[in-house]
Amino acid sequence: MTPMQQQLTLVDKVWNDHVVAEPPDAPSLLYIDLHLIHEVTSPQAFTGLRQRGMRVRRPERTVATMDHSIPTHDPSLPISDALAATQIRQLEDNAREFGIRLYGMDSPHRGIVHVIGPELGFTRPGMTIVCGDSHTSTHGAFGALAFGIGTSEVEHVLATQCLLQRKPRTFEVRVEGKLSPGVTAKDIILALLSKIGVGGGTGHVFEYTGSAIRGLSMEERMTICNMSIEGGARAGMIAPDDTTFEYVAGREFTPRGTDWENALAQWRKLPTDEGAKYDRSVTLDAGRLSPMITYGTNPGMGLAIDVPVPHPDRMTNAHQQQALRKALDYMGLQPGRSLLGHPIDVVFIGSCTNARISDLRLAASLLRSRKVAPNVRLLVVPGSQAVKKQAEAEGLHTVFKDAGGEWREAGCSMCIAMNGDQLQPGQYAVSTSNRNFEGRQGKGGRTFLASPLTAAASAVAGRITDARTFMTDTPLRAPATVV
Amino acid sequence: MARFNLLTSRIVPLPVNDVDTDQIIPARFLKAVDKNGLGESLFADWRYRSDGSPDPGFILNNPQYRGAQILLAGDNFGCGSSREHAPWALTAFGFRAIISTSFADIFGTNSLKNGLLPVVVDETVHRTLFDLLSQNPGMEVHIDLARQTLDIPGTPEVVFPIDGFSKTCLLEGIDELGYILTFSDAIAAYESAHASTISQG
Repeated sequence: MTPMQQQLTLVDKVWNDHVVAEPPDAPSLLYIDLHLIHEVTSPQAFTGLRQRGMRVRRPERTVATMDHSIPTHDPSLPISDALAATQIRQLEDNAREFGIRLYGMDSPHRGIVHVIGPELGFTRPGMTIVCGDSHTSTHGAFGALAFGIGTSEVEHVLATQCLLQRKPRTFEVRVEGKLSPGVTAKDIILALLSKIGVGGGTGHVFEYTGSAIRGLSMEERMTICNMSIEGGARAGMIAPDDTTFEYVAGREFTPRGTDWENALAQWRKLPTDEGAKYDRSVTLDAGRLSPMITYGTNPGMGLAIDVPVPHPDRMTNAHQQQALRKALDYMGLQPGRSLLGHPIDVVFIGSCTNARISDLRLAASLLRSRKVAPNVRLLVVPGSQAVKKQAEAEGLHTVFKDAGGEWREAGCSMCIAMNGDQLQPGQYAVSTSNRNFEGRQGKGGRTFLASPLTAAASAVAGRITDARTFMTDTPLRAPATVV
Repeated sequence: MARFNLLTSRIVPLPVNDVDTDQIIPARFLKAVDKNGLGESLFADWRYRSDGSPDPGFILNNPQYRGAQILLAGDNFGCGSSREHAPWALTAFGFRAIISTSFADIFGTNSLKNGLLPVVVDETVHRTLFDLLSQNPGMEVHIDLARQTLDIPGTPEVVFPIDGFSKTCLLEGIDELGYILTFSDAIAAYESAHASTISQG
């Protein structure tokens, strides 16, 4: 590269490739390569299109599935929630009327939208991807610029395949070193969030760099990018590399032959140029991380599993003090003690954060030949029907069922508690999902966010438990294979 | 789109940081297929007791604040999910502006598209507002979007930031989708220039 050329970040490159227009008095008009749709945030957008007499501009770039409000019980049973049933029927009608590909209730490819996009090869490096769901940041693991949008913007993309956007600032999250046994990708992202807080990335896109990130599988990278939004960053990206290309190759919608070769040549140009500047940066040492768990009511309120819950009186800022008091009051926790040994009622292994095959393998590696404590309900909800099928082929479902857990159909389930899978008031859950907001998993329910490993260990013990105490001779990280 | 120009109103103080959209409108109310009736569910888990009756301890149930159109919230208001149901619920309840030190990105974008004005103030003004309201809960403030000013009785005029495009859209009630459609030729040109690299499925 000549000195005259500007060094660009991954974000700059993907952004520049998608600018349709740059009007002087308005945000840029950005082209959207892939638009994912689900039943909860799309109905009003289709109504808007109908009112304007418009069609979907690029139905072939639009992919729909139902995930949020669908039941995860026996699929032969009817949907008992009339509102959810209406929403699902409406998505079916909208997909039919507007000619959109739908992975419907009967499809073997149905699943959480952020699980099936990568699985089917829709998600690829260098793309712009949006969905009316904040965890669209997941797809950034492939070096795509992927972010959540509201329903008005869903309508804009349906109608024009474009969005008005201001270019985000960049925030490098460098993670160097090697994870210790028993520490996972989930612990990296929970550690980042505890460091920068839930508003720390507002106005920015994270780019995760460093040797620890390079060493992660695609599924682990997705776990990290998924929770970028919990730090306030709409998107989180990882430069594509051979790990990415190996994952993408040969999937149903992945280019083939010379198209693949051409795409690969383009994708290899995407990583941030040497010397490019980020607006902000933070560094984490992976080797110093422990398993993480949240104690409060947002994902930034997390700590190493053996560290005492902080004391409100030691907070310097009055608002922080008040927030911590409110959170501990809701959670029914005392400051000054670690969460180890805290009794729990439910363990949820699922969600777009941690319900891919490697997550299930990890949980199963601990649950094999063990029993869930009698006071605990364990729900295992695969991220897609394809993950479910793969897990069953490997016999993981038997491990979960023999341990006393429930093996359910794919969906968002207890992550958002819209479908009847929910906590009862006052119940405690260790959850592999992404949000511990008040009532997120059911009104009055109390959530501890953690990795699949911590969740499985806690299910067995019936209390919050450090998985490392269980595991002396079992591999602590699942092999990085893919569905 | 809903317009916004001038607003004089009392303020509801909600001194809570990081209010997430699950609090603004819990997920179980997202099963609607239209935008109607969401005002009833605004802050549902803070506003109603388990038997469904209003919790007199929650500020929105205090008759003193009935009819107030401005919410004064803690830092980082609207974090969490992308649900546009959050601004739909706030506007259906009657709010037209929210004052905070910062707003989550997606919430801020969604609000502007629904005529709900996010007013960003610095920490000093933020604290002053809470202090003044504790002394005089009935205090009214005046927002002038064209001038980007917030008038608080007895204090110097506050100028708040907003990007020029959003301001124009709010003042003139510009339909953003209609605006994007004026670029149809540019969109078609982009698509034909990128036909080989963007083809799929």
